[in-house]
Amino acid sequence: MQQIIFILLFGITSFFAYRQFSKIYRNIMLGKATDRSGDSAARWQNVVLVAFGQKKMFKNWIPAIFHLFIYVAFLFTQIELIEIIIDGVFGVHRFFAPFLGGLYTLIISSIEVLSLLALVATFVFLYRRNLLKVPRLVKSELNGWPKLDANIILIGELLLVTGIFTMNGADSVLQWIDPTHYPSTGSLAISSWVGPAVFGGMEPESLMLTERIGWWLHLMVVLGFITYLPYSKHLHIFLAFPNVYFSKLTSRGEMENMPEIMHEVKSMLGIESDVPPSTDGELPEFGAKDIFDLSWANILNAYTCTECGRCSAVCPANITGKKLSPRKIMMDIRDRAEEVGKNIASGDLKYAKTKDNTEIKTLTADNYDDGKSLFDYISREELHACTTCNACVEACPVMIDPLEPILKMRRYEILTESAGPPDWTPMFTAMENGGCVWQMPVEREAWREEI
Amino acid sequence: MTVKTMAEVSASGIEVEVLFWVGCAGSFDARAQKVTKAFSQLLEKAGVSFAILGNEEMCTGDPARRAGNEFIFQMLALQNINTLNMYGVKKIVTACPHCFNTLKNEYPALGGNYEVVHHTQFLQGLLNDGRLKVEGGAFKGKKITYHDSCYLGRINGEYEAPRHLLADLEADLVEMKRCKTTGLCCGAGGAQMFKEDEPGDKRINIERAEEALSTDATIVAANCPFCITMITDGMKAKDKQDDVMVMDISEMILRSVK
Repeated sequence: MQQIIFILLFGITSFFAYRQFSKIYRNIMLGKATDRSGDSAARWQNVVLVAFGQKKMFKNWIPAIFHLFIYVAFLFTQIELIEIIIDGVFGVHRFFAPFLGGLYTLIISSIEVLSLLALVATFVFLYRRNLLKVPRLVKSELNGWPKLDANIILIGELLLVTGIFTMNGADSVLQWIDPTHYPSTGSLAISSWVGPAVFGGMEPESLMLTERIGWWLHLMVVLGFITYLPYSKHLHIFLAFPNVYFSKLTSRGEMENMPEIMHEVKSMLGIESDVPPSTDGELPEFGAKDIFDLSWANILNAYTCTECGRCSAVCPANITGKKLSPRKIMMDIRDRAEEVGKNIASGDLKYAKTKDNTEIKTLTADNYDDGKSLFDYISREELHACTTCNACVEACPVMIDPLEPILKMRRYEILTESAGPPDWTPMFTAMENGGCVWQMPVEREAWREEI
Repeated sequence: MTVKTMAEVSASGIEVEVLFWVGCAGSFDARAQKVTKAFSQLLEKAGVSFAILGNEEMCTGDPARRAGNEFIFQMLALQNINTLNMYGVKKIVTACPHCFNTLKNEYPALGGNYEVVHHTQFLQGLLNDGRLKVEGGAFKGKKITYHDSCYLGRINGEYEAPRHLLADLEADLVEMKRCKTTGLCCGAGGAQMFKEDEPGDKRINIERAEEALSTDATIVAANCPFCITMITDGMKAKDKQDDVMVMDISEMILRSVK
């Protein structure tokens, strides 16, 4: 009976998770192509140091240590989860215990110690978020769902650890009562003495029930977590790895070149152009107006964001009270990608428009137009406040680049809309006419006369 | 001294060791001109043969590109590259980290490949090679704080060369809390220099000036003409312009050179 329920639950969860994760993949792929191949040695090095090794977390020791507890506990608990799956499918109990002997004791003991540390970390995080109110964790962009999302996960963590200790604690008492059904785990670091202390006086039937409750609780939290992840900021536990792998390896100081306008510039300057003209009659659009104009790597960045706010905490604009928050930029890109993805999946033709008004039969990313864009999420004031100082890029523990989409949107504003801050117009004019950021009445080399 | 242009030196068939890229601020801004002159004098003292592009130099295009105007950026960059390649320039030194970054990191994609160094790196080289010698003198034991510009520091990873120079001056370097990788921007980058701030509680340069003041240093050493403007303005707003000097490191070296 338990086996059937287990297989059913596991199957349903896998099905839903697969469907949700496929949607996320499709949403990421709504972005433009960008080449993030090459130099796989450097990319793997980043994965090992930054993703696995948490290198960038350790700029700030207190959250880094507690995060490490949860992270390592999470990794180790996967071993126990494999056993739970085997036990669940085949109706056995602690399948690995007889095979591994002393090693089993060591593994489960490690999981217990790590779970205890993770429990401490969970309380610390709940405290930092809700009572201490660390500034970056209570900024306005987190109001509502993001704040709840963070707390749901922490409470899930509490339930998970409770499940593990209930299961192991009851089990350690049952091993004395019924050694044939409950194979010896050896002396476990925590539950072998806490278990008897808490559950010692219980009847065997209630002990068995307690053990099952712990086991199912552990499993249900895990299954719930998998189903919940696609809706949550906690996707970073998976996406951090590909995100770090595909992060930009070129210099931070290099903005992506736009070869598509090189031909026009060259012909204007009378330089022979080896770049073909980009226009095919219609006026091209430059920069990013919507997620379709960002790269898939930008959207992957957005789905990887854990909303920790280390970027916004160091952003000079944000610190001085401007509206710009790099974290909000990433959250907005994700929200917009979700919205577009959902609308496209609906197939509703009210979202379809073509430029030449031909009849549309199916809604695709190419004919999608809901009358909205990223500019409905991100205001111009936010874009204009950025100093391109790269503090956000430096701060992100999972190598998200919030600067690139900001600059792409600035390009759209200036190149496609011919808009932007009016203050910049004299600068552009001076540069275009005199090759200098200021309109100057004297010669550029005049200073050398005064030396 | 006379500073020669590339046109002048190439007409007389002289090959120079390095091209000094002066930049818009270094050419026209009264404060930054002082840095340009100081650095030129240092180059002469060290016996470095150099030239400038003079009137043939144009803005590298950095503020246009970061404002989003790729058209103007490419227009200026392609003209500059044309000029630089015409003179066969191989090595460039500049006192502006924005020019430094664009020449070094962005011109290659447009066909301009040069060895580009920032003037603090170049000066460090001159001291290491013994071509310049300094003695503490003017700055020995003085409390000095150093402001990392974003484009030399966080973006190009150069934190040490300027600090070595300050150590050579035997200055008492007091770091601000936000320094090196976490250094706070002065507020000028990304073409902010050329526009009013967006609405907020405070100007970024005031925030940075306050942080510099909290070190009790009497000199703020910098490496960027725009940082110098921004932090000087911040000091004025705090009415500290008479107590704290904002200097380019090359100016400090010039005062201490043997």
